Amino acid sequence: MQKQSVFHSPLLPFLLIAPQVGIVLVFFYWPALQAVWQSFLLQDAFGLSTTFVAFENYAELLQQPEYFNAIVRTFAFSALIAGSSLSFALLLAVMADKPLRGVGLYRTLLIWPYAVAPAVAGVLWMFMLHPSLGVLARGLRNMGLDWNPLLNGNHAVILVVLAAAWKQISYNFLFFLAGLQSIPKSVLEAAAIDGAGPMRRFWTVTFPLLTPTIFFLIVVNIVYAFFDTFGIIDAMTGGGPAKSTETLVYKVYLDGLLGGNLGSSAAQSVLLMVIVIGLTAIQFRYVERKVTY
Amino acid sequence: MALRHVGLAATLSLALGLASPALAATEIQWWHAMTGANNDVIVKLAEEFNAAQTDYKVVPSYKGSYPDTMNAGIAAFRAGNAPHIIQVFEVGTATMMAATGAVKPVYKLMADTGEPFDSKAYLPAITGYYSTSKGEMLSFPFNSSSMVMWINKDALKKADIAEIPKTWPQVFEDAKKLKAAGYATCGFSTAWVTWANLEQLSAWHNVPLASKANGLDGFDTKLEFNGPLQIKHLEKLIELQKDKTYDYSGRTNSGEGRFTAGECPIFLTSSGFFGNVKAQAKFDWTNAPMPYYPDAAGAPQNSIIGGASLWVMGGKTPAEYKGVAKFLSFLSDTDRQVAIHKASGYLPITKAAYAKAQEEGFYITAPYLETPLKELTNKPPTENSRGLRLGNMVQLRDIWAEEIESALAGKKTAKDALDTAVTRGNAMLRQFERTVSK
Repeated sequence: MQKQSVFHSPLLPFLLIAPQVGIVLVFFYWPALQAVWQSFLLQDAFGLSTTFVAFENYAELLQQPEYFNAIVRTFAFSALIAGSSLSFALLLAVMADKPLRGVGLYRTLLIWPYAVAPAVAGVLWMFMLHPSLGVLARGLRNMGLDWNPLLNGNHAVILVVLAAAWKQISYNFLFFLAGLQSIPKSVLEAAAIDGAGPMRRFWTVTFPLLTPTIFFLIVVNIVYAFFDTFGIIDAMTGGGPAKSTETLVYKVYLDGLLGGNLGSSAAQSVLLMVIVIGLTAIQFRYVERKVTY
Repeated sequence: MALRHVGLAATLSLALGLASPALAATEIQWWHAMTGANNDVIVKLAEEFNAAQTDYKVVPSYKGSYPDTMNAGIAAFRAGNAPHIIQVFEVGTATMMAATGAVKPVYKLMADTGEPFDSKAYLPAITGYYSTSKGEMLSFPFNSSSMVMWINKDALKKADIAEIPKTWPQVFEDAKKLKAAGYATCGFSTAWVTWANLEQLSAWHNVPLASKANGLDGFDTKLEFNGPLQIKHLEKLIELQKDKTYDYSGRTNSGEGRFTAGECPIFLTSSGFFGNVKAQAKFDWTNAPMPYYPDAAGAPQNSIIGGASLWVMGGKTPAEYKGVAKFLSFLSDTDRQVAIHKASGYLPITKAAYAKAQEEGFYITAPYLETPLKELTNKPPTENSRGLRLGNMVQLRDIWAEEIESALAGKKTAKDALDTAVTRGNAMLRQFERTVSK
């Protein structure tokens, strides 16, 4: 059934992909190789003195308990962020999929937060939950809860996860909605005729048919939690208090840009790259098998 | 070798420059981190300098926050197009100073260009921070401040406190009274948690923060702030944090609004906070010197400065350096210093400017602007109070703050937190020493 196109000139396909390859080379491979090279060097911030130290930066990094804590913390963050934003988005999408009055408005409003920049989202939530300025924080305090993300690490984590997940809900919502609408109505109707209730219909028909979308979103959300939460963390907590919101990518920034320790920072970004590549490979290898396309 | 080539090129261009007068004004790039009213001060200074002569043109450009500006300068240097002058915050001093070749020390600049320059004309408490131990000025102090205690006088009245507290025990007592009088969430607090509770505290009580004169005498310095005084102080803060007689306000100055909003009636932060207090505080306010522990021998000593200085970058032509030197002389002018002082609240850097402001009776109407000067000149600086020069200072402060945060959250004892802060900080200092000594 598949149509096969044949290129008559052997050069043409290469020419056609050249722009894309060029962009990837310049914006990914070139800096990635530079990072790998930098991770073998010990260099001052100005680049005046450079020594080749081979794997010393890595060795030093792997001796730090703080580094392992940051790894664990980053995984916990991505699980929390991906988990909460996916489940909320799915719930909202299922609701919005129903024939409601003003559904267009409802959907538009739900998609809106996606247009908000991460740093702005961070500041927004900070204003609501800042211990001395925040409206919500005041409410929490009045309820007798000593809300203090400046000192209480758990509160700071909640703050960051809340903002990061909130921002990602729109994106997930959009994909879920598209996924839900592409599920053939006939299948659902057949299930209904067979006597399956709404819950049962959802779990046995809708959910399995949504798995490709869910799988795609899990990958995207984890990558988002790993990298794109930087702006939110920087705006809200700066990694504090006492490192409780310092993720891997934030540590790369702290050590490299603020600490001027480029070697270690480069080594960390190389390891981060390896972790994410590994994660994605695992997801494709194992999780994808359970996906019904 | 590269330097020698630059030197040769420089001599040549100097010779050419002498032979044919420059046709167009030589541009001098000035990167800075000032916003709002202080940005206006910078723009005005550049305009005045450009109007006063035609050979040079100073072009200021804003590059973001202090760390952003410094990183922009470092990146530009690595790419080979550094600006001529860059404003670097005080904690970046060690990093800049270690970059031999990337920067041109001010004393050398002045000598090379034959610009009249007397390092004794400057206030030692200010220039000491930016000079070698021999007193050679490395960078030019631009905006300097120190830490003072801001006081909400209306709140003190409300709590029946007759006098502004002078010592820490008095502050603790008054904070309790203030808490009872309705300031339930914050009796007193500080911005810049490490600057207040480690760096200034140590200098003000003449105890070392680090060995080798707090790092001024060499990069092989070791942290020493886990002494009895600092531990005692942190223990007290931990105790008072429990019922919010003291309440933590973060690592930077983002918590300063708690003072102007009337939440924290006693608040230690930079004297540079003046502009905001004046604009926003809707109560009767003043400031006072930082409190001290009366049982500490010789306290109070003198405070150390904060703020930023101007670094001259290396590898520029003699003509450009001549312009930079002329600009620094222009900034040192007494009347100009007095004007900057009045407009921005930052400290005057020359003795003559301070004397002139006193003569004019400026401090009678604005005593709160003299508080930091009184603190800085309280006693001649000692090894422990001349300044700080620690590599990776930005990150060091983060490490210290992390440990203090753990202690205040009740997860560690004061001693444990400070010991760990010292150990972790020393590891970072050794790392820095390795990159610079090669």
